Amino acid sequence: MLFQPVILWTDALVFLLLVALAGVVVYVRRHEHLRQPWRRVAHSATGMAGAVVLAFFVLVGVLDSLHYRARAGGDSSRGNVYAVEITSVLDALLRSLKERPEKTYSAPLGYQLYARETVELPDGRQSREYPRLRHGGAHLKAPQDEWRPDVGRRALAGAAIGFVLWVVAATLVSAHIARATGEGIDRAWRALARGELDMPWRAILATLGALLVLVCVAAALAGKYHVLGTSKVGEDVLYQALKSVRIALVIGTLTTLVMLPFAILLGIGAGYFKGWADDIIQYLYTTLNSIPAVLLIAAAVLMMQVYIDTRPQAFPTSVERADLRLLFLCAILGVTSWTGLCRLLRGETLKIRELDYIQAAQAFGVSHLRIITRHILPNVMHIVLIAVVMEFSSLVLAEAVLSYVGVGVDPSMISFGTMINAARLEMARDPMVWWSLASAFGFMFALVLSANLFADAVRDAFDPRVAVIKPFRLRLAALAAAKAPA
Amino acid sequence: MIAYIVRRVLYALPILIGVNLITFALFFVVNTPDDMARMQLGAKRVTPQAIERWKVERGYDKPLLWNSGASGLEQLTDTIFYDKSVRLFVFDFGNADDGRDIAHEILTRMGPSLAIALPVFLVGIAVNITFALMMAFFRASYLDLWGVVVCVAMMSISGLFYIIGGQYLVSKLWHLVPISGFAGGPDALKFVVLPVLIGVVGGIGAGARWYRTIFLEEIGKDYVRTARAKGMRESVVLFRHVLKNGLIPILTGAVVVLPSLFLGSLLMESFFGIPGLGSYTIDAIQAQDFAVVRSMVFLGAVLYIIGLLLTDISYTLVDPRVRLA
Amino acid sequence: MSEPLLEIDRLSTWIDTGDHPVRAVDGLSLELRAGETFALLGESGCGKSITALSVMRLLPDAGRVVDGRIVLGGVDLLQLPETEMRAVRGARIGMIFQEPMLSLNPVLTVGAQILEVLERHTSLSTRQAQSKARELLDSVGVPDAPRRLHEFPFQLSGGLRQRVMIAMALACEPELLIADEPTTALDVTIQAQVLELLHDLQRSRGMAMLLITHDLGVVAETAHRVGVMYAGQIVETAPCTAFFADPQHPYSRKLFASLPARQKRGGALSVIGGNVPSLAQVFEGCRFAERCDHAQAPCRVIVPALTRTDGGRSVRCHLYTAVLGDRSAALTPVASSAEQAPAAGRANDPTSSPGPGAILEVSDLRVHFPIHRGLLRRVVGYVRAVDGVTLAIAPGRTLALVGESGCGKTTVGKGVLRLVPPTGGEVVFDGVDLGELSAPALRARRRDMQIVFQDPYSSLNPRMRVSEILDEGMSALGVGSTAGERARRIDALLREVGLDPAAKSRYPHEFSGGQRQRIAIARALAVEPRLIVCDEPTSALDVSVQAQILNLLLDLQRRHAIAYLFITHNMGVVEYLAHEVAVMYLGRIVEQGSVHDVFSAPKHPYTRALLSAVPVPDPHTKREVLKLGGDLPSAVSPPPGCHFNPRCPRAFEPCAVTYPAERALGPLHRVRCHLYDDVFPGRPIAPSDDIAERA
Repeated sequence: MLFQPVILWTDALVFLLLVALAGVVVYVRRHEHLRQPWRRVAHSATGMAGAVVLAFFVLVGVLDSLHYRARAGGDSSRGNVYAVEITSVLDALLRSLKERPEKTYSAPLGYQLYARETVELPDGRQSREYPRLRHGGAHLKAPQDEWRPDVGRRALAGAAIGFVLWVVAATLVSAHIARATGEGIDRAWRALARGELDMPWRAILATLGALLVLVCVAAALAGKYHVLGTSKVGEDVLYQALKSVRIALVIGTLTTLVMLPFAILLGIGAGYFKGWADDIIQYLYTTLNSIPAVLLIAAAVLMMQVYIDTRPQAFPTSVERADLRLLFLCAILGVTSWTGLCRLLRGETLKIRELDYIQAAQAFGVSHLRIITRHILPNVMHIVLIAVVMEFSSLVLAEAVLSYVGVGVDPSMISFGTMINAARLEMARDPMVWWSLASAFGFMFALVLSANLFADAVRDAFDPRVAVIKPFRLRLAALAAAKAPA
Repeated sequence: MIAYIVRRVLYALPILIGVNLITFALFFVVNTPDDMARMQLGAKRVTPQAIERWKVERGYDKPLLWNSGASGLEQLTDTIFYDKSVRLFVFDFGNADDGRDIAHEILTRMGPSLAIALPVFLVGIAVNITFALMMAFFRASYLDLWGVVVCVAMMSISGLFYIIGGQYLVSKLWHLVPISGFAGGPDALKFVVLPVLIGVVGGIGAGARWYRTIFLEEIGKDYVRTARAKGMRESVVLFRHVLKNGLIPILTGAVVVLPSLFLGSLLMESFFGIPGLGSYTIDAIQAQDFAVVRSMVFLGAVLYIIGLLLTDISYTLVDPRVRLA
Repeated sequence: MSEPLLEIDRLSTWIDTGDHPVRAVDGLSLELRAGETFALLGESGCGKSITALSVMRLLPDAGRVVDGRIVLGGVDLLQLPETEMRAVRGARIGMIFQEPMLSLNPVLTVGAQILEVLERHTSLSTRQAQSKARELLDSVGVPDAPRRLHEFPFQLSGGLRQRVMIAMALACEPELLIADEPTTALDVTIQAQVLELLHDLQRSRGMAMLLITHDLGVVAETAHRVGVMYAGQIVETAPCTAFFADPQHPYSRKLFASLPARQKRGGALSVIGGNVPSLAQVFEGCRFAERCDHAQAPCRVIVPALTRTDGGRSVRCHLYTAVLGDRSAALTPVASSAEQAPAAGRANDPTSSPGPGAILEVSDLRVHFPIHRGLLRRVVGYVRAVDGVTLAIAPGRTLALVGESGCGKTTVGKGVLRLVPPTGGEVVFDGVDLGELSAPALRARRRDMQIVFQDPYSSLNPRMRVSEILDEGMSALGVGSTAGERARRIDALLREVGLDPAAKSRYPHEFSGGQRQRIAIARALAVEPRLIVCDEPTSALDVSVQAQILNLLLDLQRRHAIAYLFITHNMGVVEYLAHEVAVMYLGRIVEQGSVHDVFSAPKHPYTRALLSAVPVPDPHTKREVLKLGGDLPSAVSPPPGCHFNPRCPRAFEPCAVTYPAERALGPLHRVRCHLYDDVFPGRPIAPSDDIAERA
């Protein structure tokens, strides 16, 4: 074995989530009435553009969730000895970024350090100047002249590769459409380019194109430069940003995993049984709701920290400790955020339980459990889904704030919050160290925006109250009808 | 009305007791005071004597619930539960780790907190309603479409970015107002402007979009069609009919957070160096001052419950169906 | 003839639904003169409301007028800029809507909403406007107008709300009033008041009225001329009397034939096969051809035009043009409904007594809902939804429970099935008191009693396939031991209710309202019940679909000897299918007996008022409507004595003191009214049967 797989707690839950997701996809595909709203989601241009970007982030996150210990040393005679350090597949892919540390800050694509240092010149005199970076732009002989053309050339090459990849993708899509419609590939492409298809392929391909070009340019430059600069300890900022993606995704998804059982069980229970069960559940969530969320989280995290710190023997490696703290943070966030969904579900269940089909089931003497699972649960699932997708982005944003306050993820973990927290202290410096902050905000914005766009599309498709108005199409249809011979 | 309020206050009592029990469990049962002492003292200085001294200083040396060593009523009262939790009900918060009286701190820090939070709240609602009405007025046009996209984009930006970006732009680049700090009296204005501006701008995305859906829902109702059938101008329809109905959920939804404004904003106050309750809380969290955190949890719960009470009352004021039925 | 006030010419209105535009109104033309009431009659989805909204230019956001002219007094409304159109709305055209609760702004007072119109369109001072508003309320019969001006809509009853709507629409004395189903949401006694008010106002003000309705009875009572709409087009226009004497279009004839009535007892109702075609298509040929009994080959390929026939009538049918060779159907006037011979062979004799063989005996059933108030949720009162109801049904027979909304008739049905726990009284089913049964025993009993609900949309779980819906009761109650047996039974059930067994793998949303109701009936049938509570099973359906469902229910009763407790407010349905009838008022039965007894010779003043208020689809019947003042009182605090006494035109002293005991007037006919109590020598003379004779 070249490596020993390591499954952290959050990894296990992430995989569980992926399996559950796959199961849901299979189930939905088999049921027409469930497929229908998803088809509406798929027909939303902004939603699908968001989904493309989201898919990229999920890919990064999943790669970063495949943890292992590499085999240490080449000596196989003594059996397998594995490194203590836990790494992920993403780490391996980004080794060139990870293992080229600089001394301290350097600007994006820079070839020299941010701060002047005193260096000894060959003639023995000392001079204060910006030292060259150990890795970034180290291949340049005369950087003042070569830097600009070198960066340009590499960026162009990267963009070209990205474009080629995009053309391949676009051709594949056109071929797929051509086969589905039974027309020529050129006509399919024209229909696609004009946006005449039900599926918003134009928006999808445009987003994909932008994404491919960006990734390829970054990849082409990353070999020789620090694309987004380096941090205070000289770590590559691009690497940090990519590592943060997993934390954001884990918090955004696992929290809902914790929250859902509470919200669904208690919400439906309160609404269905009414009476004293309702009273108790209402009391429970009013009480929890009345404590300001940040304070409850802070108190819980403080207490957990005491617990971990006083029991060092239970958590052998720092990665495991940080991971458990992350999981615990998800749990706490889940405990504080189930009340909203619970209240929604309670209200909806109160409405549904009065509907005639529930009464019909009661007239058959169907048991409560069966009524809840067969009649009520399927009819509130759209609310659950909308809540989950809407909650995701606010959780990603909350992580940054909590980490800033000091009750977020473990300080040793790279997350958007810890990146911002570390970088904001440097705001006062002159010239400003802006790249760390900008990268964290930029990545976070891209992730949250795409999630929000996707969530909007899901809400529009599933919420019966939201009617999507398209006033422009009717006039087109009328014109088309007028032109056609009567 | 008074009987109603009394009833609601009585109803709030069990909730406060619940909050109290939760905090007690969190702070004293999950971890023993010994654990807390060990953690705060740091690994090097942990000796049994140091722990004991730390506990005595803070009054954590008593039994949790039942003092079998004491006599009479003291068996109940001479305990951590009575000292630290029951006394909260009379707003006796005790002392912080630095020895200062927490209740006094809270009273002096409420003012600055309110100076930021209240304008953010009021101006924010006004601005959000304005934007939402505009989008509702131009519904299903490109203006509305792009308005929603801008809202979604704005709500996708981290609150930290609004603060850091605003500070950089307004204070550092343009030198319009001081970057942080606070002063009482008329001087307060120049310190307050930027945080308020940032707070309002940061809230537009989510707020305006939410209000827009409320207005659109109202616009779809039959009485709006009736108003139009009477020949009313679209502005009259929007301002007299739609706004009045839409304000009911908006106002009652806003009232619940009104008392909590006293707590201030954690982020804003810590970034702008405002000596309010928000920065007090954040400092306490970072210094792991359990007494202050516990007090703030209780205070927050009290204010929230007052908010719930105000919500009920505001319903009866705003909605004739509740007032007169 | 004077110039028409309103002239709609080839109006086409489309609704954008995403894929294909729905041609909701397709080339509609009509004329309306001052002082004339034109009724636009049609079933749901035929485009009649969209026509009205097109005239007002108040279409929903997705709707557009794509062609045509709407000329009001020489001005084409469709060409007006929006600002000028606003000056027309409310001033020259007033409009009232179906649902008065939703159509009034809940947070503005009645006065504010009326003053607003006056301010907009007149230059009256505030004081003048206020007195004008009071006059308006007076003129529409709102009592105590000065006080009502300061009240909010929720403080008014449904009838008063609709009167306020009318006052608002008439505030600026419009030339044209558009009434979109103005009485559909109201109870029949209130409907009679509002229709009379509209009729009087229209006559006294000489305005034109465009009445949108689905109710032939309402048309007969109010309209001068009538236009029948089908699938976005007018298929027939005629003066009202001529139309009711001899409807010409095959669709119009079918509408009459499918109306349930006493004369049709014993025979199956005539039905219109198939469904209304989708309006998202471009039609080739007659839109009704697929469902028409007289359709011939040309009907499917040639679009018929609206052709003038004699007597100011037009009809859109090839039977009246030269296109068809065989036009015999058009030449014979349709047999009037009264002459239709009742089919023989109905086994049940309407006068036979249920006797001791009753399958269901309800005695003194009471269902009270407690009202909780305060911190400890103390019970401060009760809603006496059902307050001492006694009735019995024999196997294979139908007892109709009639009454206005809020009288507690639905609660009786649910109380019988124990879907709501009764507060008191006995429900004896097949000799067993259901109240005494243990939970498992009651569960087993549920096989025998089932229910069919009113709303075919909320009575089927949208997330379950038809097979799952039908299987649920069978598996819960252990009907059919194996899954295969149950699957076979599902096929048989679907066939029995007239659906294709292939329907079982589909979801409810793929079916029309009538088909859904068939599925709901199949679900009840699945466990082989002996009693079915039918809770307004046809009141959400169009009249042609209603006929199908009524036929099916009668057919099932004949084959399986099922007893029906038929809850309804539709008197025509009662006369058509029920054996006995019980009239409810405020939680109690005031009169019951065989359908013949009660409908031919109603005794209780409430029954008489109720029956006289039903509009009759025959303009020649000048029935005398016995007007009832006021509204149904609250069931929380019913009036002392006889609950009906404050509204009763014949009330005398004891009525306000004691609730009348039950008096038997015949073998089955019983009534609770002091008029028939011998103990009061000074009682007014009981109404004689001749007044209310309406057969």
